[in-house]
Amino acid sequence: MVILYPLKEFRFPIIAECITPDAFEGKTANEIEDLNVWEGNRQKTLGQLFKVADDKTENSRITLCGNMAKIRRIGASMTKGEIVVKGNAGMHLGEEMKGGKIAVYGNVGDWAGSMMKGGEIEIHGNVGNYSGAPYRGSKLGMQGGKIIVHGNVGNEAGAQMKGGMIKIYGNAGQFVGFRMRDGAIYVQKDCAGRAGACMVGGKIFVGGMLESVLPTFTIDGTKAKVKVEEGETVRGPLYVFLGDIAENGDGKLYVSKARNSHLGYYEKFL
Amino acid sequence: MDIAVRDGKIVERVNERKAKKVDASGMIVMPGGVDIHCHIAGSEVNTGRLLRPEDHFRDFERKTIRTRSGVGHSIPSTFTTGYRYSRMGYTTVMNPSMPPLEAKHTHEELNDTPMVDKASYPLLGDWWFALEYLSHDNVDELARHVAWIMGTTKGYAIKIVNPGGLEAWGFGQNVHSLEEQIPCFDVTPRDIVRGLCKVNKLLNLPHTIHVHTNNLGQPGNYETTLETMECVKDLASSHKPAIHITHCQFSAFKGEDWRTLESGAEEIARYVNCNSHVTMDMGQIVFGDTTTMTADGPFQFGLSELTGSKWVNHDVETETSAGIVPFRYRRKSYVHAIQWSIGLELALLIKDPWKIFMTTDHPNGGPFTSYSRIIAWLMSRKAREATMKRVNHRARGKSLLTSIDRELGYQEIAIVTRAGQAKALGLGSKGHLGIGADADIAVYSVNPEKIDASRDYKKVRRAFKHVAYTIKNGIIVVKDDEIVKSVEGSTIWLDVQTSEPVCVAEDMKRRFRNYWTVEYENYPVAENSLGVSKRIAVKADV
Repeated sequence: MVILYPLKEFRFPIIAECITPDAFEGKTANEIEDLNVWEGNRQKTLGQLFKVADDKTENSRITLCGNMAKIRRIGASMTKGEIVVKGNAGMHLGEEMKGGKIAVYGNVGDWAGSMMKGGEIEIHGNVGNYSGAPYRGSKLGMQGGKIIVHGNVGNEAGAQMKGGMIKIYGNAGQFVGFRMRDGAIYVQKDCAGRAGACMVGGKIFVGGMLESVLPTFTIDGTKAKVKVEEGETVRGPLYVFLGDIAENGDGKLYVSKARNSHLGYYEKFL
Repeated sequence: MDIAVRDGKIVERVNERKAKKVDASGMIVMPGGVDIHCHIAGSEVNTGRLLRPEDHFRDFERKTIRTRSGVGHSIPSTFTTGYRYSRMGYTTVMNPSMPPLEAKHTHEELNDTPMVDKASYPLLGDWWFALEYLSHDNVDELARHVAWIMGTTKGYAIKIVNPGGLEAWGFGQNVHSLEEQIPCFDVTPRDIVRGLCKVNKLLNLPHTIHVHTNNLGQPGNYETTLETMECVKDLASSHKPAIHITHCQFSAFKGEDWRTLESGAEEIARYVNCNSHVTMDMGQIVFGDTTTMTADGPFQFGLSELTGSKWVNHDVETETSAGIVPFRYRRKSYVHAIQWSIGLELALLIKDPWKIFMTTDHPNGGPFTSYSRIIAWLMSRKAREATMKRVNHRARGKSLLTSIDRELGYQEIAIVTRAGQAKALGLGSKGHLGIGADADIAVYSVNPEKIDASRDYKKVRRAFKHVAYTIKNGIIVVKDDEIVKSVEGSTIWLDVQTSEPVCVAEDMKRRFRNYWTVEYENYPVAENSLGVSKRIAVKADV
């Protein structure tokens, strides 16, 4: 196991896509210290910014201890192994990740699990905007894997999503599943609105309150309970909405009936 | 053999002891590359950059001591465009679509594109005044008007895009054949092409009319292309072509619809082989992600409907239109694989390399940085087969490429990438290494005597991608794929001299006030706003 401790409090953003089990594998602590990172506009080595402790067992397991909120691209493109962050993590955590596992015991910045293809990210804190979403303008959204958030998430979680699963056990911001094509997003608590805007496929489950449903969604019926995945069921009753009709979409939006009495008027269309 | 250079020109001999020497033994020496058609500047290109942040973040260049930083894969920023061209041995680049209204913007961007000489073609096919003169059959007056436009916008050739279609697009329509009437004007696309071809001849412009055909990108459009070429046949003089069909690949589709799409390259190649009044460029596609941008608004609208991609539409007032759609060419798509095949078929079936030039219609078919891949495909059957194995199965069965054995030699590559293009453009001092030519030279580290391009196509591809030396105006600017000196290129424009100076009528100034968003006084591009101005004077017959 490799453990990284920051040597100072970072002032500038640090781009460290080398912090992955793939890059660390088969390297000694000294070799790991020589890996290149960018601090602001200066190129540095990992050893100049972190203390690297290697217990010479498996270096496909990496632990980062301390405040990593300025460190971007931790675990980018990783395919295997495990990263544990004991503290906050910065933007682009697990970008284009293909396999393995990342666990964060703290808060994470924007674009967590951006363009992810496989593997799992579990975050025991809050997450910024665009989790699972691609870079701005791009259509290459999350294609597989799983993001589990135990806190709240910002706006546009799962934008352009094409597969995989995002589970949010807290509240979600606006535009959950914006332009989503497939996959599933589960929000256990409240959702700020505009959920599923422009979605053409996939499923969104809202267990708490949803401020309003977009006018381009139609009600399809109610359901007593829905299965999110193996071992995770939302108990209803739930309203089922179809949309986004403006995009000829066929996505499903499940909204809890008990918490959303303001959506009751939809029942007369059933 | 030695090539001597003095003061930016190739000369017979120089003092050998004092001169700086570049050892190019065992390498191939060519004139600097000339690109006849690539969208590198202008409001359209810039809007494309704004539209596609995702195109930038993976492909970026860091600042070095000599070069600026830049971003962009399919639409790189201006400085990066210049550096990348230079690193492939190109020294002259033509920016083919400049709405006259956007001329100032285009030239500002061209000023910021270093390392290459450049020029722009103003879009005149749907220009209101042109349509008006043509509807009155007043070719002489139109010629004087075009002469004025060339000087005003600092343009180089007449560009016609989807003649009539762009005007119709202003009313949400398109034209579908050469005979169709254009709304509000009593002219047809045939009148426009013929009229501007006559104007081109009257003004003695160095290049021919540069035509993007009607029905571009529609199945079955090869017939329109044949008609377009045929309609100016009688206007050609014996020694000079009359029409340049640009990105012909997009205009060589046969079939009823997308499912039955086939290649019309054979028919077009047969016509071009039998006639001498046509030149064309390939518009080859390269698989991967790119951005399509043309002045053909209705075509771009169709493309965005087809792909569901984001889309920019731009109506340039009374002049033209434009559209931009991000696009990905996929190997496994039947249509894209056929398109890939058509471009190469055209280049290989047209026997005379002086009639067909290598382009990707950057960025429509793919970024210009993939030219070396096209060179490999043209030079090696093996390279074509390697790609062919990976494309759509049904398209492979329909492609003519399997039956074509022709492989271009180094000599022919030099023609399709520089000499032919320079000749078609009428740039006498470019595209060759004779005495008096501009000292624009590219040296590629591949030994034509030792390396058989048809077998070792990968080596050739690498050599044409990463130049050993690029010499611009007698200065070594690139060495071993690295910029060693950043130089400004000049902007070439035509000063067309009519028998009496063209005066702009009061009537026209009044109309400017009525129909344009800029005042007439703010319209012309002053010569001192060009970075390095290179005026070519042309004596007109009117």
